[in-house]
Amino acid sequence: MSTLRTVLRDARLVAGRDLRIEARSRVVVDQVLPFAVLVLVLFGFALDADHSTLRTFAPGLFWVTVLLSALLAIQRSASLDSADGTGTSLRMSGLSPVARYLGRTTAVFVQLLVLEALLVGGLVVLYGVSVEEWFLLVVAGVAAGVAVAAAGTLYGALASGLRARETLLPILVLPVLAPVLIGATRAFDDALGVAAVDGWAWTGLLAVAALVLTVVGASAHGALVED
Amino acid sequence: MVELRAAVALLGRFPALSGVDLTIHAGETVLLRGPNGAGKTTLLHLCAGLLRPESGEVRVLDHDLTEVVGRRSVRRRVALLGHATGLYDDLTVGENLRFWARAAGLSAADADRRTDEARSRLEVPDRLLDQPVHTLSAGQRRRTSLASLVVRRPELWLLDEPHAGLDQAGRDLVDALIGDAVAAGGTVVVSSHELDRVAALSPRTVTLAGGAVVDASATDDGGIR
Repeated sequence: MSTLRTVLRDARLVAGRDLRIEARSRVVVDQVLPFAVLVLVLFGFALDADHSTLRTFAPGLFWVTVLLSALLAIQRSASLDSADGTGTSLRMSGLSPVARYLGRTTAVFVQLLVLEALLVGGLVVLYGVSVEEWFLLVVAGVAAGVAVAAAGTLYGALASGLRARETLLPILVLPVLAPVLIGATRAFDDALGVAAVDGWAWTGLLAVAALVLTVVGASAHGALVED
Repeated sequence: MVELRAAVALLGRFPALSGVDLTIHAGETVLLRGPNGAGKTTLLHLCAGLLRPESGEVRVLDHDLTEVVGRRSVRRRVALLGHATGLYDDLTVGENLRFWARAAGLSAADADRRTDEARSRLEVPDRLLDQPVHTLSAGQRRRTSLASLVVRRPELWLLDEPHAGLDQAGRDLVDALIGDAVAAGGTVVVSSHELDRVAALSPRTVTLAGGAVVDASATDDGGIR
């Protein structure tokens, strides 16, 4: 019990550090969020600004935008522990790799939630979409956000130890997140009333994916960052 | 405290240490010397548990560093000052010090107390506490980096060129810090090119060349030569 308490305390410490750094540097607010909105707008141009087409494809476009923007946030998060010897200091600190992973994943997840909230607003304003099931939308968004953050944090740590890390991360993480993209898109199809699918069933699958990716990530992270 | 027997360490595929034998006792201050590429930094990293020995025996603070568990356990009891500062640029000096103190397992109140003590010992001015690290000079960053190690109260200090980037007052402070560490029962291994300065603090010098110990002498206590 005390080990669990220590892990949670340390995870909170790491998450707080990452979020404080983000609040100070404003990389997500000043760069990632505008990038995400820009992608939504470009999709609108590419589809000829036809509202009925945009509404039909809005769930897929939303999650492709989230994944592309998440790559930037994950890249940024991973870079925090490669700057000026901070990664070595963390290895020397006594913080458990599990706590570091959970803390970092939590910080990325919080940033993704902000991103998703902004993009839902973008869908409503730019694509003329209306939300039919808010609760489903929120639960699916949270489950998919956890899955993206969990996989992204793990692969961010993996890529940060390699050369050409900036270009490798998308190649490594996007195939893993393809099932999450499919599930999240189906769940949003239902929540936005775009297609007649069982959104809750897909959300259940997303929750399982989130859990599996978090457990795998927490288990594998130590081997990647410690030795 | 530190015991290496025929220790071999690789950097990538290339041998950086080849068959190093070395014993350092608790409470000793040891100067590592040698030309660039001699293996001084690699030896410090090996003792810190950051590198896996390719072969041979490495024991530090009673942990077997050929084992993953041993390497992970020893790290929290060792301070390593490298060429990098290990500080987060976007956090303030105070936030950095408190973070590393909390990461060492201290409660919030103890972390605040240790932060204050370390800041005071390293003569980091109060006004810098709320200043982001990226606004500091190189010397101020180095002092803050040292303070981030002091908050952890390690048993073994591994200092790689600790005087680099510091003015005269800062260098004197590092010397005093080494004295403090030894007085508190700690052990200090210093890699430095400033031989006269460190030799005055350290009765024992270990010379490395080409990844091997070529001389392990004692300057005044009649130890190994």
